[in-house]
Amino acid sequence: MPTSVPVSWYLILSAILFGLGVAGFIYRRNIITVFMSIELMLNAVNLTFITFSYTLKQVDGHIFSFFVMVVAAAEAAVGLAIILTVFKNRETLMIDDVSSMKY
Amino acid sequence: MTALIFFLFASIAVFCGISLVTQTHPIASALSLIGVMGSLAILYLQLGGEFIAAAQVIVYAGAIMVLFVFVIMLLNAGAEGTSLQMSNFAKYAGIFVLAAFLGLISFVIQAMLPKTEGVVFGAFQGGTALNIGRKLFTTYLLPFEVTSVLILIAILGAMVLARREI
Repeated sequence: MPTSVPVSWYLILSAILFGLGVAGFIYRRNIITVFMSIELMLNAVNLTFITFSYTLKQVDGHIFSFFVMVVAAAEAAVGLAIILTVFKNRETLMIDDVSSMKY
Repeated sequence: MTALIFFLFASIAVFCGISLVTQTHPIASALSLIGVMGSLAILYLQLGGEFIAAAQVIVYAGAIMVLFVFVIMLLNAGAEGTSLQMSNFAKYAGIFVLAAFLGLISFVIQAMLPKTEGVVFGAFQGGTALNIGRKLFTTYLLPFEVTSVLILIAILGAMVLARREI
């Protein structure tokens, strides 16, 4: 059992999580699950920031990750308000049924 | 020990991520996302980001996911129907293409990254609240203030969007 973990494994884990987030974003039809896939992608990006911050021995990556968290919080508040409004007007959560801006 | 903890929590994160995408019920997806966030907090701690790990648990797994679960409960969101018309071929081809893409990405990362020493717990101790606060209020003061304005706009936007029609 090696005592240290290569840095690339953290980046690969981040890539896997980001790919899963993209897959969920494309595959899911429930608007809340789509939103949670976006959160998963943001988390994967945060892991990349922290990993490079470790590699470069700088704290700047932590600051960027902190800003990503703040933006995610703001995005969650506004996005869930939009979801509430859509549900109030359309009585549905499926994104296929909310396509009036498509055409 | 570092490798053991990494493998444990990385596999938990990947498992919970797959569960997030494949579960049909939104509340199960939300719980899977909490699992991903918790295991990522452990990995941040391993990489020396103690402040970010605490913020991850408090802000993400605490505040944001409570908001998600609250909305799921409020809207009484049930299991997702099979509205998506997708052939078996497309499904399996999609899984295969995703796996191939991730394998390619992994290969590129392995090949392109310069050789550095591996991650050992405790080798980088710059992620304390002291260091982050000092950096945040000197070098990154302007982005910090802009972020506070962004939060203010988000509060107003959420209130305007969710208010009862007058």
